[in-house]
Amino acid sequence: MTTGGRFELRSAQFRRERQASWQELESLLQRIENSGLGVLSHDELTQLPLLYRSAIGSLSVARAISLDRNLVQYLTGLAQRAHLAMYSGRRRPIEGAALFFARRFPQLVRSFRIPFAIACGSLLAGVLIGYQLTRHSPDRYYGFVPEAAAQDRTPATPTAQLRDILYSKPTEGAALDVFATFLFDHNARIGISCLALGFAGGVPVILLLFSNGLTLGAMAALYASRGLGGEFWAWVLPHGVTELLAVVLCGTAGLVFGAAILFPGSLSRLDRLRTRGRDAGLLVLGAVPMFFLAALFESFFRSLSQDPGLRWTVAALVATGWVLYFVRGASRG
Amino acid sequence: MAESAAARTVDVLTTDGTVLPFEQAPLFNRLGALCVDQLIILVVTGIIVIGSLLLLAGTLGAHVLSLMIVFNFVLRNAYFSFFEVRGGGATPGKHWLRLRVISRDGGALQPEQVLVRNLTREFEVFVPMSVLAAPQGMFPDLPPWAGALCSLWLVVGALFPLFNPRRFRLGDLLGGTTVVSMPRTALGSELVDAPAERRGMTEHEFEFTSAQLGQYGIDQLQVLEDLLRVHDAFEHQETLVAVLRRVEAKIGWDTPTPEARAREFLAAFYAQLRRHLEQKALFGVRQQHKREGRLERGGSPSEPPR
Repeated sequence: MTTGGRFELRSAQFRRERQASWQELESLLQRIENSGLGVLSHDELTQLPLLYRSAIGSLSVARAISLDRNLVQYLTGLAQRAHLAMYSGRRRPIEGAALFFARRFPQLVRSFRIPFAIACGSLLAGVLIGYQLTRHSPDRYYGFVPEAAAQDRTPATPTAQLRDILYSKPTEGAALDVFATFLFDHNARIGISCLALGFAGGVPVILLLFSNGLTLGAMAALYASRGLGGEFWAWVLPHGVTELLAVVLCGTAGLVFGAAILFPGSLSRLDRLRTRGRDAGLLVLGAVPMFFLAALFESFFRSLSQDPGLRWTVAALVATGWVLYFVRGASRG
Repeated sequence: MAESAAARTVDVLTTDGTVLPFEQAPLFNRLGALCVDQLIILVVTGIIVIGSLLLLAGTLGAHVLSLMIVFNFVLRNAYFSFFEVRGGGATPGKHWLRLRVISRDGGALQPEQVLVRNLTREFEVFVPMSVLAAPQGMFPDLPPWAGALCSLWLVVGALFPLFNPRRFRLGDLLGGTTVVSMPRTALGSELVDAPAERRGMTEHEFEFTSAQLGQYGIDQLQVLEDLLRVHDAFEHQETLVAVLRRVEAKIGWDTPTPEARAREFLAAFYAQLRRHLEQKALFGVRQQHKREGRLERGGSPSEPPR
């Protein structure tokens, strides 16, 4: 009683019949992996999905009938490579960015009204409390404004000098772009770390926004106590509108992230993080160019225009622009 | 074994319902790819700094510095995203080490996912690096113990992959992505198709009964396959002979085969065992393991099965 060796094994026959198409797919994949889908001719491009489906089919058959481990491993690998080549999602980076800012970003911001309101609220609360407390007892200024941020602007500074800072002319033009890029690098990194802070449940995000608000409020109080309140805001707001908005958006992202960890709802934490984390990251991504714009405004416009009226006008225009962008942008469809 | 193996693959379901088990990339390879990429960034930045200093030193001065800051920011933040979006999930470093970023849900890797997974790099790579480089410089205002605690917290981002079983980076978690190793199994030759068997030469000499073949299961078949696929090694002959003797003892083979024909015997045994097992599998019986005990000389069971 023998098992007989004269008839070809089914799995060997299966392999002999399909092998050519696997090798054809493999050579196509080799070229795609090295230099992208673009190198394929029209015919090869139409061939690819067919070969992919045939490889997937072969894999299912091989798993069922073949005990040749090398064959099954090879087919698994081939199907995986083909799958990645078919669904690689290669895009033109520029096109994606344009689409993002035209449609996705404003829609995204609108969909997170509540965290945005909380982030805004934390910042505004900081400003108000810092302002009130410092108006009543100027000594608190030292507590709210760190030395590095104060830069000679303390209650001890004479009014004239405080005013000079608001209208200081740039000493040399060349330094402006250095200042702008430094500001941008610094602010954008703060914004990005806001997202990472969300990891701790979002509490540090609120604290960060609040304490930044305290600093701003305390400084405003200092200037207001010398009768320079309006001019101070005219100095801050042209770039501050954009910058504070970007900070609040980063804070919103941190809160969204934190909420996904604390309150995963009906999903598992991992799944909730995946959906919400992506949105949070995109908010920060959108905010980074805003920091760039703000830094440009801060270093160029502020030094070039000395007139409070013009400063107010520009600040109002910028604010209107942002409100329109976020409230109306891509609202249809 | 099965459990840890399951944790190391990402099962992707294709549209036709076939499961593709992608193998999660080892942490060490990912670190290697990161080093390669960082090196590229460093070298490119270095070349541009030196180049611009040499070319423009006198004329532009401070403008070069500002360009440098922007350029460094862009390079540091956009390098990974740019290549992962354009190159279908692989930076030059990953390409070199045969790693790919894939979307965990099995769909196409979206640009958004790539951007998000690279957003956290600042926190995961650059901040911990500066903490390690200058631990006391990070928090000059704090007392040493508080500074140490804060530094520790900042390093957590970098160590995050060590604290979850699937070795996700924080960015992978957010982006819904993961890094996998690209498969590299080449198609070996068909062992059953060997000319000797096709010509029907073996049937007189090495012919096994189904009782003899039934001694072994799929596990042993595949060990034998690995053995037969090795061709070049010099000491390999010893292993073949050792296996030959064990098989002979197990199936109760009459006459000892000469050592020189060990490969021939095992190839024939492999071919017939595979036919036997594949036929059984077709009827729904997958015999995974070998049987206990051995057959007596002549190939009859030492004790009747029933």
